[in-house]
Amino acid sequence: MTTSLTAEDQANLERLEDQLGTAPKGRGDLIPLLQKAQHILGYLPDEALSLVADHLSINRSDVYGVASFYNQFRFTPPGKNPVKVCMGTACHVRGGEIILENFERKLEIKEGETTQDREFSIERVACVGCCALAPVAIVGKTLHGHMAPSKVEGLVLRVRLEREKAEREAGKS
Amino acid sequence: MNEDGKRQIDTAYQALADEAQRQKALFDQSPLPKIHICMASCGTASGALETQDAFMAALADRGVDAHVHTVGCIGHCYAEPVVVIDYPDSGFPPILYPEVTPGKAKMLVKLFLEEGDPRFEHIMGATVENEMIPAVTEFSRFNREKRVIMERCGKIDPEKIYEYIAEGGYASLAKALSRTQEEIITEVEASGLRGRGGAGFPTGKKWRFAKNAAGGEKLIICNADEGDPGAYMDRTLLESNPHQVIEGMMIAALAVGADRGLFYVRAEYPLAVRILTTAVEQTRELGLLGENILGSGFNFDVDLFQGSGAFVCGEETALIRSVEGYRGMPRHRPPYPVDQGLEGRPTVINNVKTLATVPPILEKGAQWFRGIGTPDSPGTAVFSVVGNVTHPGLVEIPMGVTLRELIFDICGGIPNKKSFKAVQIGGPSGGCLSEEFLDTPVDFDELKRAGAMMGSGGMVVMDEDACMVDVSRYFLDFTQKESCGKCTFCRIGTRHLLEILQRLTRGEGREGDIEQLEALSRNVRQGSLCGLGKTAPNPVLTSLAYFRDEYEAHIAEGRCPGCACRALTAFYIDLEKCARGCDACVGCCPVEAVFTTSNRKKGIDQALCVKCGECMVACPPDYDAVVKISPAHLAPIVERPPENKP
Repeated sequence: MTTSLTAEDQANLERLEDQLGTAPKGRGDLIPLLQKAQHILGYLPDEALSLVADHLSINRSDVYGVASFYNQFRFTPPGKNPVKVCMGTACHVRGGEIILENFERKLEIKEGETTQDREFSIERVACVGCCALAPVAIVGKTLHGHMAPSKVEGLVLRVRLEREKAEREAGKS
Repeated sequence: MNEDGKRQIDTAYQALADEAQRQKALFDQSPLPKIHICMASCGTASGALETQDAFMAALADRGVDAHVHTVGCIGHCYAEPVVVIDYPDSGFPPILYPEVTPGKAKMLVKLFLEEGDPRFEHIMGATVENEMIPAVTEFSRFNREKRVIMERCGKIDPEKIYEYIAEGGYASLAKALSRTQEEIITEVEASGLRGRGGAGFPTGKKWRFAKNAAGGEKLIICNADEGDPGAYMDRTLLESNPHQVIEGMMIAALAVGADRGLFYVRAEYPLAVRILTTAVEQTRELGLLGENILGSGFNFDVDLFQGSGAFVCGEETALIRSVEGYRGMPRHRPPYPVDQGLEGRPTVINNVKTLATVPPILEKGAQWFRGIGTPDSPGTAVFSVVGNVTHPGLVEIPMGVTLRELIFDICGGIPNKKSFKAVQIGGPSGGCLSEEFLDTPVDFDELKRAGAMMGSGGMVVMDEDACMVDVSRYFLDFTQKESCGKCTFCRIGTRHLLEILQRLTRGEGREGDIEQLEALSRNVRQGSLCGLGKTAPNPVLTSLAYFRDEYEAHIAEGRCPGCACRALTAFYIDLEKCARGCDACVGCCPVEAVFTTSNRKKGIDQALCVKCGECMVACPPDYDAVVKISPAHLAPIVERPPENKP
């Protein structure tokens, strides 16, 4: 689970360290602090877990034990366009697993992983609460209802094209 | 409390109520058209934000004046984004429009608000009875419901406290403040209210235990850790009317003598967290939370804790553990939380819907509440009915309505001319009921008798294409992942169950598997401490009881009767029906498994096919040439011509 930290991660770790300075130190603050760390960094690298552990004077193993117990916490960096495939009951009945598989095939990563260029990551999520639109996938911040395997390729392509376009325009100006 | 004290509370409340009425009158009497947009999670997921932007832009572009009013969820998820336009000057009653896309929003601004044409083809109905437009209350999806908990959902803006007060909000609190603890508890006991979290424990009794518990500084926790996949009532309620829950919590606090409350809300519900935070702040600003509430001398304040997503934390002792900063593992009871809960203090833990039911009970009385539902389960139940059903969404019905009425009459039955196979009630802890149970009335005891349970209120309807073995596998997959690992039977037993079910869905079933499933299920049930383990085998046991033939078909014939298990299913193209030259299936295949045969018809390369079913959807209904078959070896083999090799 060692992922090399980017410059951005380093800066975020410093921000986290700053904010921890004024944070309370009770055992009950562990989960809220982990949430704060993940909010700042997007995930929990070893370094962030250590910072929280030292702040609360708890063993690092203990902190990792709590963090890994809960679904909310992740230990790998999310992609810029996280793909979340709903695995709620309604989506399952309507073929959510097939959608997940298609994303995995197209992006050549498994769920829980991030592509090399940190552009995409795939997660399975419990119900996102729009069961009427099942099966559902969220790419970036946009929700796509009534998903079909053939839509997957288009969605991935669209994100890649948009990025290329943005890069071209950035190059022009 | 003496008369003076009571008068003081009344005056303080009346001041708030007057201000609320003033603001409401101002809004109601405004001649401008009012556009109410439902903006809970389900609405925004379907694009309500874009719809709102489109309304704003169109109003600005065309120079039309109107109030855009965001409200919570009305529960009609199939019709989202839902918009109600109230334009009295047009001469029409308030009209409900379903599925309002940004384009439709622009069109409505131009044609309805500017030109006065309500566009009848887009209307679902009027929200009130009138002579011009049929009212939505003529649909059974509307008029068969009985709303107690969700009465104000979708009518008020959850982020404006005065809108709740104008609808009579916090009046029950004011009433409760001038009563004794005993009087409140007696009223709730008399109402027969049972916990809406699933187990159905009498709420009044729980409060009495807590009131009598030794130790000061009692606590109330509102359990909004809704982890059941496919259930979202608690979230919708918090997003649509958080104040009713806060008010219920304050009444509970008064009854047991607590001075602090805690909302345990899933962090995966960002909108609910945001709206609840705003609601608490507004309540504090008006002096309804804090010290000396409404001049009564009662002090109470609430905190918010974001649960990090562990299904087991819905169990009360696990929830407490997680608030204390540890892994959410349940512990042995007794001592019950009402005696020793968070930080060792007496703690009442109530579900969101339970707390939301309390204010109406105090307002209208225990007798009124007893008049709804069945004698042993009074009141209403909120279900999220989803899956293969025509009108999915949230439905609040009186207890005692049968499953048939709920699924067929209220939610419109099974779409696409398919037939009903099963309904799964209560999520991973519940069970699958077959057709013969459709006349079971919905209440705590009847559902338990049938082998399912009320649970949190998730209800998934399945049509003939569902495979019950696969559904059991799905739920076991969930519980196995969510087992906290404390009890050996739950930790290892669910894994074994899952492995057997996985084998069955792959077509590798063995003789004796069914017996082993049954034995293991019983053991897991007996050997687990908390509700998660005790109920985890329910999906297996109920489906074995009512759909045993499907398990047998998987094992003996390698056949999946629903054609849902992909390892046991194949797709092929019926060459008699396939049309020459049509390429619909070729373009949609994600893995290029469809090829053209030598006589220009299509075939499927079984080695490449991932069995996603896209070609079946894409094949024009005129030809309907794609066939799904189980077991897989029955599919005729069509050779790919050498010139068409990929």
